[in-house]
Amino acid sequence: MSQTATALIAEQWAVGVFVLAVLTLCVFTAGVASLLGGRSWGRAKSLPFESGVVGAGSARQRFSVKFYLVAMLFVIFDIEAVFLFGWAVAVREVGWSGFWGAAVFILILLAGLIYDSRVGALDWAPRRRPPGPAT
Amino acid sequence: MSWLTPMVMEVLIAMSQALVILLGALLLGAVMTVVERRLLGLWQDRYGPNRVGPFGSLQLVADMIKILFKEDWIPPFADRALFVLAPVIGMASLLLAFMIIPLTPNWGVADWHIGLLFFFAMAGINVYAVLLGGWSSGNKYALLGAMRATAQTLSYEVFMGLSLMGVVALAGSFNMRDIVAAQQGLWFIVPQFFGFCTFLIAGVAVTHRHPFDQPEAEQELADGYHIEYAGMKFGMFFIGEYIGMVLVSALIVTLFFGGWLGPWLPPFVWFALKTAALLVLFVLLRASLPRPRYDRMMSFGWRVCLPLTLINLLVTGAAILLLAPAGT
Repeated sequence: MSQTATALIAEQWAVGVFVLAVLTLCVFTAGVASLLGGRSWGRAKSLPFESGVVGAGSARQRFSVKFYLVAMLFVIFDIEAVFLFGWAVAVREVGWSGFWGAAVFILILLAGLIYDSRVGALDWAPRRRPPGPAT
Repeated sequence: MSWLTPMVMEVLIAMSQALVILLGALLLGAVMTVVERRLLGLWQDRYGPNRVGPFGSLQLVADMIKILFKEDWIPPFADRALFVLAPVIGMASLLLAFMIIPLTPNWGVADWHIGLLFFFAMAGINVYAVLLGGWSSGNKYALLGAMRATAQTLSYEVFMGLSLMGVVALAGSFNMRDIVAAQQGLWFIVPQFFGFCTFLIAGVAVTHRHPFDQPEAEQELADGYHIEYAGMKFGMFFIGEYIGMVLVSALIVTLFFGGWLGPWLPPFVWFALKTAALLVLFVLLRASLPRPRYDRMMSFGWRVCLPLTLINLLVTGAAILLLAPAGT
């Protein structure tokens, strides 16, 4: 059994023990309170908290996500970032030809970002109202 | 003692080292809950908790006992399974990420080639804790908090990975020990200053710490996504936040401040000192900065940080190739 093989086996055991210990700990902490904690009942206790007033309707309702466009852009940009991860780790191996490829890619990304910004795809907050008499 | 071969010994030592790291991270996270309150008190000209034990040192024990004996309440209007699962995800994902951090040259759990990518994966999973916790609570404040957490994730995850790619390019590896070893001459904070700034912003956002705590803004959302949580389940979110703080501090130390490297003192002492300094920085940020509106933050992430990280990566790549000796 060589030195590195032993070190590898030790590392795998350590990782296994660590993962198991983390899971045990989290499940234990989440579960132990149900054994230790008290119990109490009250009429208002089973209502959702809404700052002390009686709630108006449930939280299970249609809710407008105004930044959906940014979310779509996020998927695109995040996947494109993954390609750059690959380039970053191999900068020295791929040399200048790799660099120019990455440069073109990054410039296209930046151009896309500027375009998105200029057409207002990143602006989803309501416009500030012009100053005037309150309605 | 025939079974106690050198190999078994090595495995046992590695396992105990792993458990020490886990307990250390957990304990440091718990201690930070009290240290933060004391420091905030110091900076706001008040005392902070100082009654339990000498100088408030036993406050942590009192808090633990109290929170463990609170009622374990699951609201009748909540989605039970997800409601219980969310805090477990929140705490476990951040604790698991400690595996890749090397404390000293030969003390760390996992010496993986993918090192840093594992942290990105765990940070990605950690988002679900807030989303599921906020949605499953069945409360409007919690829903709003989860929605803000989504907006926040969209704004920092897009540049978090890219902000570290300059470091990866300089070290030529995702492996954390290689990254530390590559900082032997010069800490990466000098050539990668913009990478450091953007990762610090992203790191604060990962932990939902002030000034990026819009999902739980107590003045607007009355605690946001964990409003319906009580007792130890709330405690897991709470401790998880501080564990995240410790994790991000340790990561920044490893990536930008040379990890265990330093003169005179033993490696572990250097690592601990640097991490402690960054933890104090986290608290100082909370003590001094106001909270921006979350669409402003999104705009900042996309219009400032993302282009900055892209250009930083490009310049870093060019600098590496220009400075590299020819023929290598």
